[in-house]
Amino acid sequence: MIVKQLSVFLENKTGRLNDVADILGKAGINMTAFSVADNSDFGILRVIVSDPEKALEVLKSNKFAVSLTDVICLHAPNTPGSLSSILHILQRENVYIEYMYAFSEGKGANVIIRPDKMEAGVEALKNNKIELIAANDLYRF
Amino acid sequence: MIWNETVECMSREEMRKLQGIRLKRVVERVYHNCEPYRKRMQEAGVSPEDIRSIDDIVKLPFTSKKDLRDNYPFGLLSAPMSEIVRVHASSGTTGKPIVVGLTRNDLAVWEESGARCLTAYGLGKNDTVQVSYGYGLFTGGLGAHAAVENIGGTVIPISSGNTQKQIMIMHDLGAKALACTPSYALYLAEALAQSGYPREEFQLEVGVFGAEPWTEAMRKDIEHKLGIKAYDIYGLTEVMGPGVGFECECQNGTHLNEDHFYPEVINPETGIPVAPGEEGELVFTTLTKEGMPMIRFRTRDLTHLIYEKCECGRTLVRMGRILGRCDDMLIIRGVNVFPSQIESVICTMEEVEPHFFITVDRVNNTDTFEIQVEVKEGHYSDEMGKMIALKKKVAHEIQSVVGLQPDIKLVEPRFLERSEGKVKRVLDKRVFKND
Repeated sequence: MIVKQLSVFLENKTGRLNDVADILGKAGINMTAFSVADNSDFGILRVIVSDPEKALEVLKSNKFAVSLTDVICLHAPNTPGSLSSILHILQRENVYIEYMYAFSEGKGANVIIRPDKMEAGVEALKNNKIELIAANDLYRF
Repeated sequence: MIWNETVECMSREEMRKLQGIRLKRVVERVYHNCEPYRKRMQEAGVSPEDIRSIDDIVKLPFTSKKDLRDNYPFGLLSAPMSEIVRVHASSGTTGKPIVVGLTRNDLAVWEESGARCLTAYGLGKNDTVQVSYGYGLFTGGLGAHAAVENIGGTVIPISSGNTQKQIMIMHDLGAKALACTPSYALYLAEALAQSGYPREEFQLEVGVFGAEPWTEAMRKDIEHKLGIKAYDIYGLTEVMGPGVGFECECQNGTHLNEDHFYPEVINPETGIPVAPGEEGELVFTTLTKEGMPMIRFRTRDLTHLIYEKCECGRTLVRMGRILGRCDDMLIIRGVNVFPSQIESVICTMEEVEPHFFITVDRVNNTDTFEIQVEVKEGHYSDEMGKMIALKKKVAHEIQSVVGLQPDIKLVEPRFLERSEGKVKRVLDKRVFKND
């Protein structure tokens, strides 16, 4: 299902990532998953947290460039070929993936996808009986 | 060798007399042919009758780069368009360039000035000169070109760029001299070392370098790497272009062709001329120009003048090294860049905050040009592609105004200093005073 992802613009400077982790930790916000996209002078931190609205607020008040982005979170079996079958579904519907990241635990894996067409993406996955994770369930991990 | 001994070795007294006669003539020209100059003189309460000798020059009002911009493109012409045979331009302070118009006589004066330079470097009619300055609106290429033709030398009008071809032509055609910016000379030196051509197969002996500030250390580096003698050639678009001044074999200051381009050094705060030899802002009056004469044009360059006769035999006044500027203009890879240009671009872009910080450095003998900008809230994206596209857009917009592509660095919000007063927006790490 659609969940809110926190996107933070970070300069490539020592300690900047830790600043974010520290602020969120002190605010009692848990991180479920994150990834960093980077180039030579800046990075974009994408993170799924337990309380996106609150995280947005505390980071903003600490002068971070931060926004909330809609992403899809789905659950897939942790078996060979399972990611491929999901990507096939999206490909068939011409849903382009801006970026994605995943985290597995034991038998299952959670995949975060940022598609270019959100509704079409969700629809296609649902029609193919892919297990989508609701925000509330995800934040409880 | 001296091209025009009569003028270049003239006694100070004779020179001042000549300058006085020419000053009177050019003041009459601008007063009667150019409205902005006439108005400015009337406001200052000075008329052509008040100019009787070169000493009277101090009665005349100054001209600034702003005047050229305000009267863009042709408002400061003192000759009818029918007499203008060529235009040149350099970047101005806010997007619009500064345009100058030259008459046939102006071109002749330029050629004469250029010939004096090349002759001082030991070049003559038997020599081939590769002109690797850009040809076009920039004065470098066509200015150096005409100078070579005037001394009867052979010019290779190769213009800038395409380094491999430059090396091949230089090798095959036996260029004795290379005319380009000193930083390109260093770049070329490295490329030449890797080209596979043995050094002894080149005829290269002389470098004619200008259009950007350079140091003694850089000169030594070029001379060592290229195995040549490197000379400074000085010029500025508003006054003429390359040929306003040149170094002789003594390399003890830059001789100015003061019978055409009269230099003064003033206190930049008060506008009052400093005592001879003291440092201040360099001011030029073009004594013979017809198209667009400059009356007491403030260059903003800081230097001093040396009036003693040079060991080379020339009496032409010498200018010391330029020690800096009294405005915020930067010269990056030979291009004039004003922070106000960057500001004018940044302020019109909705994606970025109206704050920026410029860092200029010299890495591997090439100027680097970095600008930090803050992205406006709401324009940060979670997608890398969009952020990189934004970087490119800002770089492109700035390039279209400045003529030089900056390296844009996106920074976090409120990273850049804010102040109601004067904010430091430039860091120039290059060292030009290490002589």
